[in-house]
Amino acid sequence: MNAGRTEPVDDDIVVVPLYRAAHGRTGDKGDRSNISVIAWHPELWPLLLDQVTPEAVAAQFRHRAPSRVQRFVMPGLQAMNFVLDAVLDGGVNDALNLDTHGKSLSFLLLDLPLRVPAHLRHRLVGPDEG
Amino acid sequence: MNDPARTPLPLLIGCAAGFSGDRTDAAGPVVDTLIARLGAAASTDPAAAPRAFLIFETLAERTLALAQLRRRADPEAGYEPLLDAMLRPVLARCLAHGIRIVSNFGAANPRAAARHIARMARELGLGAPRIAVVEGDDLSAPGFRALLRERIGTAMDGLRIVSANAYIGAEPIARAIDAGAQIVVCGRVADPSLTVGPAMSHFGWRADDWERLGRATMAGHLLECGAQVCGGYFADPGFKDVPGLGHVGFPIAEIDADGRCTIGKADATGGFVTEATVKEQLIYEVHDPAAYLTPDVVADISEASVRTVGADRVALSGVRGHPRPTHYKVNVCHEGGWLAEGEISYAGARAEARARLAAAVLRERLPALDLRVDLIGAVSILGDDAGRALAATPDGGARDVRLRVAATHAERAVAETLGREVMALYTCGPAGGGGVRSTLTPRLNTVSCLLPRDAVPVGFEMMEVAA
Repeated sequence: MNAGRTEPVDDDIVVVPLYRAAHGRTGDKGDRSNISVIAWHPELWPLLLDQVTPEAVAAQFRHRAPSRVQRFVMPGLQAMNFVLDAVLDGGVNDALNLDTHGKSLSFLLLDLPLRVPAHLRHRLVGPDEG
Repeated sequence: MNDPARTPLPLLIGCAAGFSGDRTDAAGPVVDTLIARLGAAASTDPAAAPRAFLIFETLAERTLALAQLRRRADPEAGYEPLLDAMLRPVLARCLAHGIRIVSNFGAANPRAAARHIARMARELGLGAPRIAVVEGDDLSAPGFRALLRERIGTAMDGLRIVSANAYIGAEPIARAIDAGAQIVVCGRVADPSLTVGPAMSHFGWRADDWERLGRATMAGHLLECGAQVCGGYFADPGFKDVPGLGHVGFPIAEIDADGRCTIGKADATGGFVTEATVKEQLIYEVHDPAAYLTPDVVADISEASVRTVGADRVALSGVRGHPRPTHYKVNVCHEGGWLAEGEISYAGARAEARARLAAAVLRERLPALDLRVDLIGAVSILGDDAGRALAATPDGGARDVRLRVAATHAERAVAETLGREVMALYTCGPAGGGGVRSTLTPRLNTVSCLLPRDAVPVGFEMMEVAA
């Protein structure tokens, strides 16, 4: 899990946590979680498409051992929906987690690092935390 | 229904609850706003005044099983426990202004809920309202066991079944409204159907008008979680600041004759309706955006878009609809053994190390239980039951940690050893532990299946008014 800091990589790129470029919410049905990732600005949307891949999300959720990670893209909303199977330890009726619904999981996903070109930095939300 | 020669009048639907246990003061501002809008429209052109509905969504996946257990204990119980608190403050105003009420607050006992509402109306000195009860969802009776066994198979053998309910759709709601119901009490209907039913009735849509049903379904989806589309469950200080969260408002959708909707909220409340809040709620609990399955229609938001059209007003467009599924989804809830949970806190120097040691002691003492361990304040809800996240996280030196352990077991006597061992940490565990709490809860588990629609007859009945 990343520490949520802004890291300049070189003069042209900064690395920021995804929550500075996107917002989202988690929903659940049974042992399946869905997490939206919604661009804060249209200019940030291509970055999300390139970098917030099913592979990157599967890696971020490695300890929850998803059996499948699917990404659905909604260009009209500049949003994507991740569907993660078998990440809820059985879901609301079976999990031993305090958060049996997995409602907190959007904050795990939104901690993914995102590489942002310096000219888009003004589109990011929230303060620099670096 | 409307005179087809006229432009169909718009429909206003307010939502005053998004789950069982939602705020009971939510409905007041929604009803006040509906009355104001009805009045404003009527003063401009009385013949063009819109119609208004108030919905309460109070059933989550497990709520019905809990309601069924209450009904077993008391034949007049089993409906939403907060029904009275939710409805009493607004019932008189709704009836006086022609605002009809549709809800699944009937839960496991819609008829008893209807009787309660009739009694409430009498107590308030109101005329007897026309109350319809929607039925057909409840498949808990032994007569349905063979049908369910056929679909679920051997997984059902030996289960102690608590409840079985089909997610039924909007048609019986629409027919009840057509028949003049002022209040429609449902059990398990799909959440968006609480909105689709009124729209079908008001606009006279056919049950295979997929595009319009798809759009109204997503309007219902935006409404069904109450404040979640108005800035509730959205705020994140410094990133997503929400004005007036302490008095966040509940939503009102304006739906046109083609099912398109504009989402707003109750006047004089906190929160906001923005493109961002609408997008989050639109995708909430959706899997494939091209195929959001409901008993009424397969809604499709893959090409949807949203647009701000005023202050706290966002329009949704681009929603499509496809033919509905041939089967109903059925959830069967059964007894699932016991959940045991115990907690103890450690604070100050080396608190995390002491909490980790306490967890190791519990694992040694409770070999019959598969323990989940949380170090609240260090690693907890983002972790996994197997403890992979915890094992991969070194002691970070947290100085205020609450240890929580949890396990399930089929036998109560085994499950309750967890609480005793957590209690024993007071004298036998690491230094300085305090604040032990433990609970033992009966668990409910779920199995699901699909049943052909014709195996589940649905309908409504207008309640006879007691003398």
